[in-house]
Amino acid sequence: MKETRFNIDENRIKRRIMLNNRVRDLFSVVIVLVMAILLVLLYRIGKDSIGWLDLQFLTSNLSIFPEKAGIKGAIIGSLYMMLVVIPITLILGVATAIYLEEYANDGKVQRFIKINISNLASVPSVIFGLLGLTFFSRMLNLGSSILAGGLTMSLLVLPIVVVAAQEALKAVPSFLREASYGMGADKWTTIWRVILPVALPGILTGAILAMSRAIGETAPLVALGIPTLLMRIPNSLMDNFTVLPIQIYYWTLDSVLTREYTFLAAATIVVLLVTLFILNSIAIVIRNKFQKTF
Amino acid sequence: MKNNEIRDLIQHNIKNKSHFSDKAMPLFFLTMALISVLTTFGIVYTLVVDAFKFFANVPLSEVFSTRLQPLSANPSFGILPLLNGTILTTIIAMIVAVPVGMAAAIYLSQFASKKLRKMLKPILEILAGIPTIVYGFFAYSVVTPILMTLIPSLEPKNVLSPGLVMGIMIIPMVASLSEDAMNAVPSIMKDGATGLGSTKLETTFKVVIPAAISGIMSSIVLAISRAIGETMIVTIASGSSKRFTFDITQSMQTMTSYIVEFTSGDAGSGTVGYYSLYAVGLILFIFTLTMNLIAQYITKKYGERY
Repeated sequence: MKETRFNIDENRIKRRIMLNNRVRDLFSVVIVLVMAILLVLLYRIGKDSIGWLDLQFLTSNLSIFPEKAGIKGAIIGSLYMMLVVIPITLILGVATAIYLEEYANDGKVQRFIKINISNLASVPSVIFGLLGLTFFSRMLNLGSSILAGGLTMSLLVLPIVVVAAQEALKAVPSFLREASYGMGADKWTTIWRVILPVALPGILTGAILAMSRAIGETAPLVALGIPTLLMRIPNSLMDNFTVLPIQIYYWTLDSVLTREYTFLAAATIVVLLVTLFILNSIAIVIRNKFQKTF
Repeated sequence: MKNNEIRDLIQHNIKNKSHFSDKAMPLFFLTMALISVLTTFGIVYTLVVDAFKFFANVPLSEVFSTRLQPLSANPSFGILPLLNGTILTTIIAMIVAVPVGMAAAIYLSQFASKKLRKMLKPILEILAGIPTIVYGFFAYSVVTPILMTLIPSLEPKNVLSPGLVMGIMIIPMVASLSEDAMNAVPSIMKDGATGLGSTKLETTFKVVIPAAISGIMSSIVLAISRAIGETMIVTIASGSSKRFTFDITQSMQTMTSYIVEFTSGDAGSGTVGYYSLYAVGLILFIFTLTMNLIAQYITKKYGERY
């Protein structure tokens, strides 16, 4: 009897271990496949953009001749839009986070705002486009100006900044707060002089991530009716504009008519991806270098 | 010396204590915080008001028909072709994203070494950070031509290619949310199973996944919501034919691409066609909101805390 107790079916164990290893290998193959797809994507975009992406491409206006076309207008448009998005989301986002973390006292208002923000974060971006179209473009008569686009985009990325700022504020240790109060500082002084400086790296990281989302987002701007062809470079917030993703959109759509537009779209994608990569790298550096740990 | 400085600072602080800022600041921050609430109300208000004008003009029997011809002389606004396009692309995306995302999540959280994990995680984050317009280009200019050599009857614009690419886009989301859920399972439980002689695979499927099921389910629900709301990939690669068919090699329109077509097109303000935009937007909003509420409910109700 004792023998049978330890006489475990070795074949069965072998089978179980083999199954374990097989499935593990299968899963790793799946991961390799995903990475391969990413590589194919980057390779194709890189290959298509070769010969098209040069200084002339970055500094020229749009043109009906693909060889002469450039994305100067789109680059300036994207920069202009950021001029609207950055201050608005920073002020609104940080203020909302300060209210939720520092002033609200776990009441219904706070819970309501929190639920609202998490739901807002999951509203499809094209719906924000409809809001912008109705409210900013038509009701406030901003048309498809930089201001209308920037305001729409600000509302879209607001939840990202709020959540990041909340996390950053939460991470500030309470002894700093207590020390500040202990020295007679009032609440606002404590927030402004003690808490915000400590939370700043986290807030900036969130702001940069929100920025990169805003730079790459297309749907809400298309919904605002950004014109297909833009001949003039914008020079005020009330001008019409185009941005990098919109340019990619139209060139991809029109590649049926003109084959070269595919290459122009690919070159624009490279510019967009490099921009996003730089922004994200900056965010990572800020996170790693300036984040204080207590 | 040091003590004196601190005493001065305290004196200074007390003297300068303004009661104004203690009253005004909370009010200021509350106002700022309410702007996000206002945004939600703005969305609901604009959608409901104009969608109401649409439903007042179009009988329900027409809304639930399969004929969508908003610009013809005898316009018809059946939403079924749009629903069909949305559901088909979402299903295809889920067929790609759920198994692959889960496999990635299981591999990362259970099998991969710490070092490998540190390498793979950023790659997933890169995938998640690529703008959807880039995936749209990928679907239309790369995936569709490849698929056309495999399926000769494939139309240049079709549902299959954007569906697949949308799935790829959603993989990181499913993977990282599910991985978080599986990592939250306490190691005592895993150690228990391992101690009883389970292989890693058995531990994963019999202990970890059942324990993390609420997180996994809510990640899938959120992924569905994301797929329903995704706009640029389908707009570029799936085209705008308003057919009601189940043939995924054909071009179809989703709710999101209908909105894009009509806002960037020339549907004049005040026409039924213009209001139909908001009706579709409202339905889309209700869909995604419901999905998110379901996801929140799952985590709240079935989420186990250890």
